[in-house]
Amino acid sequence: MHCVVTGGNVKVLAKAVHSLSRIGDDLYVEPQEDGLALRSVNSSRSAYACFLFAPLFFSRYSVPNDHTFRCKMAIKSVQAVFRSLATLEKTVEKCHIELDEQKDRLTFTLHCKHSLLKTHNLSFQDSESLQAVFDKDSCANIFRAQPRLLVDTVVHFPSSLEEVTVSVSDERMWVRNHVEEGAEQSRAMLTELCLASDEFDHFSVKNHNSITFCLKELRGLLVFAESTGLPVSMYFDEPGSPVVLSVTDSVLEGNFVLATLSEDPSLRKNNSKGAHTLPPPPPDDFMNDDIDSYLIAMDTSVAPGPSTAGPPTPPLADSTCSKQSAVATHRTRTHREEDEEAEEDETDDSDRPPNKKFRSLFFGLVLPPSSQISTQPVMSQEVLASDSENETQAE
Amino acid sequence: MPLSTQSQADDEQYVLIASLDNARHLSNILKAITFKDHAIFTATPNGLKVTVEDSKCLQANAFIQAEIFQEYTIKEDLGFQINLTVLLDCLNIFGGSTVPGVSTALRMCYRGYGYPLTLFLEEAGVVTVCKINTQEPDEPIDFEFCSNNVTNKVILQSESLKDAFSELDMTSEVLQITMSPSQPYFRLSTFGNSGNAHYDYSKDSDMMELFRCTKTQTNKYKMSLLKPSTKALALSCKVSVRTDSRGFLSLQYLVRNDDGQICFVEYYCCPNEEVEED
Repeated sequence: MHCVVTGGNVKVLAKAVHSLSRIGDDLYVEPQEDGLALRSVNSSRSAYACFLFAPLFFSRYSVPNDHTFRCKMAIKSVQAVFRSLATLEKTVEKCHIELDEQKDRLTFTLHCKHSLLKTHNLSFQDSESLQAVFDKDSCANIFRAQPRLLVDTVVHFPSSLEEVTVSVSDERMWVRNHVEEGAEQSRAMLTELCLASDEFDHFSVKNHNSITFCLKELRGLLVFAESTGLPVSMYFDEPGSPVVLSVTDSVLEGNFVLATLSEDPSLRKNNSKGAHTLPPPPPDDFMNDDIDSYLIAMDTSVAPGPSTAGPPTPPLADSTCSKQSAVATHRTRTHREEDEEAEEDETDDSDRPPNKKFRSLFFGLVLPPSSQISTQPVMSQEVLASDSENETQAE
Repeated sequence: MPLSTQSQADDEQYVLIASLDNARHLSNILKAITFKDHAIFTATPNGLKVTVEDSKCLQANAFIQAEIFQEYTIKEDLGFQINLTVLLDCLNIFGGSTVPGVSTALRMCYRGYGYPLTLFLEEAGVVTVCKINTQEPDEPIDFEFCSNNVTNKVILQSESLKDAFSELDMTSEVLQITMSPSQPYFRLSTFGNSGNAHYDYSKDSDMMELFRCTKTQTNKYKMSLLKPSTKALALSCKVSVRTDSRGFLSLQYLVRNDDGQICFVEYYCCPNEEVEED
């Protein structure tokens, strides 16, 4: 693999890396036919981000044709390559990224002004594939705004604030800080902003509802969006299903998929425009081995895609999704079972005092090659992973 | 200047009197070598030399020539050991504000062996007198670094090295310096937790003012010893890097103060025992 980034794109790449560092500690690198994918996920699997840089982003882009290569490395090491963004802009002329598979090293070579050469040889580990599956275009609520609007909105919240709640109606979006259920309501300071639909480039609401998600991760995306000036799009359906934030231009696409708190009765607004009736989500009791009811609830966030196997039907009882069988066979099934491991990380024991109940995201262990991975859901795939590989993913 | 109201008689007893209109010309230079509490002060008719050492492997010297001082009177060569941190605190006793036109004036006096170093500091009409105890000076290490033994020498504009030094991977225990008449010419390398990094300066670079390398040499130095030199680098406009046949390293920094006067700071460092590359 050998890629070359020149001029201002070096800073864009650096910003993407810094942005991903707000999500997780590891950077997953996967050179694909359709571009270089850089991904990160947090330890609880409730936030995932992916930047895909198309071959045109690079002045040279060659990837191994014969085999797929994936690796992961500590994101701090990659940040060290692009440490000072201000000097990057002024001094770096181009950046070569080369893979040395024999030595398990990824080499970043920065050609700088004054004939200075900076070479970083970073060691990596092989990694499993990391992929969240989501279909943003079929989401009920879709928005697009200039980054400035969102930056100016989040600036009102203290950096210590963990979560924000976004509520939408036909013409308005409210953004406010989320206060823990247990906290004394009368003492907490509430900050709420209201944005009108005409402040957005695109504002389309089908479900009037509210979602609550982690602000820190949103800020991570805004750091990138603000510096590149790209508009930010936001997609979500309902509380419990992930919210997708993305930035796109002709040569890159960044997607941040964040889990949202599952429904909080105090915030639920009526689905006056709800096109489909959903069965009420089951109690979040992920300790239950029977994941049928969980899958039924999750079903609504994935729309039928162009795959050959067709859409899953809500009652998935026939696919006998017990945990053990999910991984042992090669039967065609949806990928969601892989999520089991992540589910166990959730603190969803109903015996505990009410606490956050984040839905985890979906990760396919195996991806079909060279598909439009970012936007199309993978409906059916061979499960080739064994139990032990699942455990690795859950760490 | 208010400080000159001291009587002539008082002055007779001093072995050293050195005055500066702007104490910062001294304190800034001293900051470049303050990685240990104690320093050896040596004064000759040529000027002041302040020496700081670490583990017998590293020595930093700051030279402030007599010409820098508005007044410099010395009766005999002298030396003492003093707490550098305390000295710096005193020099900055007025808070070290950077309001233009306002500076702290300094008059430094020393009566001789056993006496404290007396500092008269004045800013905006307020005078402070500080007396800092002195100790018997230790013998500074003689690294026996002489120009005849220098195998490789480069002079670089500090600008280019500053970035490299500020980015150095601190998880690396060593800083490896390679100097060679052929590629990579001048290379700084680190070996840290996540991998290794190399900073290569070509001999044709416009930052390279002098390139005189006679043979390929690679030496490793303890990162913890060299890291303090970053302060001196930050103040300087040029740096000369020399290694001798034993692999001892000499870094010399040319520091220009606000008035355009030149001072020097130098660092000497012993190489680590092994010389083979990883």
